[in-house]
Amino acid sequence: MIQQGCDTPESNTGNGVVSRNVLYAYLVLGFFSLISLSTFAVDQRFVYFSAYLWFGFIYGMSLQYGRFCMASAIRDLFAVGVPRMAVGIMIAVVLFSIVSAMVTVAGKSTFHASPIGLYSVIGGLIFGTGMVFTGGCASGSLYKTGEGSMAALLVVLSLSFSQVFLVDAGGWLNHLVPATWTASAAAKGLPAAVTATDGWYDQFLAGYIWNLTPVTTGELLGFTNTLASAFIGNSLVNAILPAVLLLGAIYFRWYRKGYLRGKEAQYRGFATELSGYWSMLTASRRTAIAGLILGVSAGLHMWVMQGLQNRLGISNAGELLLGMGHTSGLSIQDTLFDPGYFYITTQEAQGAAWIMQKLGFNMMDSIFFGLENGVPNPLLNPVLWMSAALVGGSAVMALLNNEFKFKVPSLEIATWAIGGGILMGIGARVGLGCNIGAFFATVTNGDPSGWLFGLGMTAGGYIGVKFFNWWIERRMAREVAGLDL
Amino acid sequence: MAIKFEKVNDGNYLLDVQGYVCPHPQLYTKKALEKMKPGDILDLLFDNPSSGESIAAMCEAEGNSIVEHGAESGKATMHWRIRKA
Repeated sequence: MIQQGCDTPESNTGNGVVSRNVLYAYLVLGFFSLISLSTFAVDQRFVYFSAYLWFGFIYGMSLQYGRFCMASAIRDLFAVGVPRMAVGIMIAVVLFSIVSAMVTVAGKSTFHASPIGLYSVIGGLIFGTGMVFTGGCASGSLYKTGEGSMAALLVVLSLSFSQVFLVDAGGWLNHLVPATWTASAAAKGLPAAVTATDGWYDQFLAGYIWNLTPVTTGELLGFTNTLASAFIGNSLVNAILPAVLLLGAIYFRWYRKGYLRGKEAQYRGFATELSGYWSMLTASRRTAIAGLILGVSAGLHMWVMQGLQNRLGISNAGELLLGMGHTSGLSIQDTLFDPGYFYITTQEAQGAAWIMQKLGFNMMDSIFFGLENGVPNPLLNPVLWMSAALVGGSAVMALLNNEFKFKVPSLEIATWAIGGGILMGIGARVGLGCNIGAFFATVTNGDPSGWLFGLGMTAGGYIGVKFFNWWIERRMAREVAGLDL
Repeated sequence: MAIKFEKVNDGNYLLDVQGYVCPHPQLYTKKALEKMKPGDILDLLFDNPSSGESIAAMCEAEGNSIVEHGAESGKATMHWRIRKA
């Protein structure tokens, strides 16, 4: 039975379903609260883990509420001409950059810029193509897992294990490594345990990436004053101006025509255009609100993590685990992956690597795991707590809005999920991050490499859409064959 | 589950994309509407929440109207009725 004219989820459903969903939402919330409180009772230093957890929970709720997804942002522009999500992302970019600048000036930033290089474009291209196939970016797939989509879970698993494959693969892939990378990696004098000259990814990192220079726009523009570098260089020039210009381009290409339809008589030149631009920004209240919350909370996340590091007297979670007596899974430098801000993909790769280790594979003979990030027990991986809570936060929001549905994918959807997820994993490792770590967190912290990743991701999205259009046109032709159309 | 696009009666079509994730629901909806005549009605069934936002924006941009905006009672399945402009 359809209920008509309904906008609010509550009115769409039976009261029994709503009550049951609210109960489940409280159970999920209670579960994460219990983890936070019980671990704190055991050792107060677990507050560091809980900080990641609760920011993850907020991200999950916001992403689900705003249907926030980078794949949607790029794909819907090219596929169906809908700018809603691209607008939401740009709103979040502007706000995150302003909060990041404040955090940087306060000396509380945990951000480290990535080097500038062609790898960002190539990684973005592979990642962008994959995310159109799967239907969600890395953060999008996590929040959709929270909505009950097993296809999204397949994407997460697929991108996790494909990263592990790329990081660990040697053999024939060694033949694709330029000799200059091998020589440069050998010259770094790395510990023998990480076998730096064996494996494509090891040599990519030590022989190529490490030779590039990380730089922020504030530094590029020659600002020596932290305030000017953070607010003018990093926020205004690197994030706000590009975002405003991109929004302008989106307005003229995808929104203006629809906005001006029927308003020809009232057209007042620039004032009408400005009003149309504002209308585009506020067209989706959900997306705009989510962008606002994400932008502000992502900035605050850095502040909180840096504050906790100071309070606990650490600079990396590895020191924390060491102090707690957990030595297993740390890198040979006794470090762990601990970005201190919103990040996805590396922690999922660590989880997959931990499973592979349990199956007998050695994951610690790589620079990525053995020297830098470690392979901790997933229960003792603070950044993985963030991912788990992101799924939980999304589940709570979906349950409260009666949008949770356990969905098992068909073979077709599962194939897209696994294939696209593999591309996303490879793209994330080549690009040194995903739509969050290599784009959202970078462009907002003054790192121009994020725009290079974004450029590649957009091009990859365009290629993916072209392919998908062909695929769906083909399927539709079969469906309408017997209809009078 | 495969997609279903069928004629219900004259000027009324049903598109069922339940079980499909982004971008399938919005792309199938776009293709279906392109093939229909002005004034025709499309009954759309989908269960991927994020597709709803995109489909609503797409309809607004192209002038198609969502004449009913509901859900299957007690289920997280959206049932929308769209009139092609």
